[in-house]
Amino acid sequence: MARIGVFVCWCGVNIAGTVDVERVAEEAEEKISNVVYATDYKYMCSDPGQQIIVEAIKDHRLTGVVVASCSPRMHEVTFQKACLTGGLNPYCMEMANIREQDSWVHKDREEATAKALELIRMKVAKVSKLEPLFPIRVPVTKRALVIGGGVAGIQAALDIADANQEVVLVEKEPSIGGHMAQLDETFPTLDCSQCILTPKMVQVAQHERIKLYSYAEVESVSGYVGNFVVRISKNPRGVDTEKCTGCGVCVERCPVKKIPSEFNAGIGSRSAIYIPFPQAVPNWPVIDQEYCTYYKKKKCGLCQKECAAGAVIFDTEPEFIEEAVGTIVVATGYDPWEPVAYGEYGYGIYPDVVTSLQFERMTSASGPTSGVLKRPSDGEVPREVAFIQCVGSRDNVKGYPYCSRICCMYTAKHAIIARHKAGAQSYVFYIDVRAGGKGYEEFIRRAQEEDGARYIRGKVSRVYQDGKKLIVRGEDTLLGRPVELRVDMVVLASAVKAKSDAGKLARKLNIAYDQYEFYTEAHPKLRPVDTNCAGIFLAGTCQAPKDIPDTVSQASAAASKALAILSAQELTREPLISVVDPLKCNACFSCREVCTFNAIEEETLRSGKKVSKVNPGLCLGCGACVSACRNGALSLKGFTDDQIYAEVNAI
Amino acid sequence: MGEDFKPTIIGFVCNWCTYAGADLAGTSRLEYPANIRLIRLPCSGRIDPLFIFRAFLQGADGVLVSGCHPGDCHYTTGNYYAKRRLAIIKRLLEYIGLEPGRLRLEWISASEGQRFADVCKEFTARIKELGPQRRLRQRTAGE
Repeated sequence: MARIGVFVCWCGVNIAGTVDVERVAEEAEEKISNVVYATDYKYMCSDPGQQIIVEAIKDHRLTGVVVASCSPRMHEVTFQKACLTGGLNPYCMEMANIREQDSWVHKDREEATAKALELIRMKVAKVSKLEPLFPIRVPVTKRALVIGGGVAGIQAALDIADANQEVVLVEKEPSIGGHMAQLDETFPTLDCSQCILTPKMVQVAQHERIKLYSYAEVESVSGYVGNFVVRISKNPRGVDTEKCTGCGVCVERCPVKKIPSEFNAGIGSRSAIYIPFPQAVPNWPVIDQEYCTYYKKKKCGLCQKECAAGAVIFDTEPEFIEEAVGTIVVATGYDPWEPVAYGEYGYGIYPDVVTSLQFERMTSASGPTSGVLKRPSDGEVPREVAFIQCVGSRDNVKGYPYCSRICCMYTAKHAIIARHKAGAQSYVFYIDVRAGGKGYEEFIRRAQEEDGARYIRGKVSRVYQDGKKLIVRGEDTLLGRPVELRVDMVVLASAVKAKSDAGKLARKLNIAYDQYEFYTEAHPKLRPVDTNCAGIFLAGTCQAPKDIPDTVSQASAAASKALAILSAQELTREPLISVVDPLKCNACFSCREVCTFNAIEEETLRSGKKVSKVNPGLCLGCGACVSACRNGALSLKGFTDDQIYAEVNAI
Repeated sequence: MGEDFKPTIIGFVCNWCTYAGADLAGTSRLEYPANIRLIRLPCSGRIDPLFIFRAFLQGADGVLVSGCHPGDCHYTTGNYYAKRRLAIIKRLLEYIGLEPGRLRLEWISASEGQRFADVCKEFTARIKELGPQRRLRQRTAGE
């Protein structure tokens, strides 16, 4: 027989001003069955208030407690602790919300008092059916996986490794570094991107607690927070990394030379066996099987003959590795958008219309022109350059409705660099200049005032060639007049878009993504690096477009979240999860279909019967499976059918 | 039916959006009729159709089902299941002769305290128009 105690809070005048709390307590004890004790107090959440609960549990041998006060979102934990102190299982307590959902929203004293009593009656009925529950404990594998070796992944990996935890870093490309390695200078300080990034890349390579898999991908992920098992496929590199000394003779001798270089955004070329860029980490070459003559025709093999170390092996099969990790940081970054939808800008038609990333490579000292700004068409130094912003961003029709966030700033940077490196005059077509950030607005002004960039508000309608010049036609919407400029080069600030395979990886990890395939954070404000899957965190542009400072901040935030998991001896989780009654289960697995968290597994009983089983590490306790089960085999602890019916029946 | 008819309305709401929205209505002191009692569930996807029938059998005059807006579910997809189930339940209710207006589905987020109060007001007014629900109510000894 349940013995329930009811504790009615006055909350000063907040509740007592509208609800006759003394009468509620009296009537609760008299009229509601199973209630053996009821009292009221000015502030139940205060120390003496909690003490009343602690004493009453002991004195009246209570099996359940109902606290009628504020919202459980406010003080559930407080009263759970009080119950624990009194020797009662904290999950045998429920709160009747008579403040937010009663005294604060109703004026009529009679009505509010009656409602308070009814809310208590419903909760008493539920508490009578509650069972003691105990937090779930899961062990933790003390190692983190970081997916993506751009600046976000590098930062996260270093932060975790520096905190004495092991890291597995998986990078899809042959080298880590990501897009930041491609940049020339960075806004708003104009410091050289590679100069600040490459030391970090080397740190990753040399760190004793970081295991780096480059040219590798995450094949599949199983398990749950604290205990993930990740299958990694190492792509065939063509080179034995144990033997390779990184001398680069193979790259020099390779006869297949005219392949557009990914690192140079297509404007430079590379050979079939190549090192992506001089500071690549790791610095081993990789053979591009698509172009290599040996892979295509089994001829050539020059690199193999020239390699003194005998490191060229022409392997074809990926190697699979399994790693156990406790937590995962996803830092897969973005893809620059190809502005082909803007035919009127002539990208892909006129060689002197380039994207911002290509411009970046043209001005970079490690780029194909060794940092001398030259037009791609004839190699001349441009005198006048037009920049067009929001190409693909803030455009519902041809591109994406979102703002790519970095383009305003890097365009100002490009305008400054164009002046510094080529003495060129810049024209910037913009919709709005968005320069929210430390030193950002000042930087825009610097481009305008010190480096003479002319900002024209308006969109460009057409770019076409006239002799050696490009004609840029648009409108100056501030003057309300059409403008026509004769320039030598046009640079398109193309949008930041999600990685083309972002959705595929999200499905492997079981994390959510939005309609543009950016990964979704658990809460846009309060849990910006968490995902809906426990133990998986986000860093950098895979979540949304952002600049380097924000990316690095988020990476460190993700690392600290990951460390919280890794530093625990074992994880404790709320026990409010689903359980299967194997006797009732008929293995239809409707539950598995509705579970977004892959928490339902298949289990074979000793009798040979197959049943579903809830993985307590993955279940988040939403209860979708419970209402999907036709046999009533599933139940959600703390919200069982019995408990909810009890509440409904009490009306 | 007179002015003194005080309908009983049961709200099955999710913990993350609507329950928090109702709390916000409280914190903002937005007054609404005292006829609704909320039953807090982790997610609208937890709502079993039988809960709704049980509420009507127990004499509820109206049932509100409310969760996060589509796309905002804390558990990603729970509210979609709720929406599908509700669509079928509504037709079944109609089939057995209960006014479909007695069951209402609303998406109310944690920031929509005003909307929660408005929905409570409107729904209570609508149920008052419909009058007491007798179709499914189990007869008590007195009747």
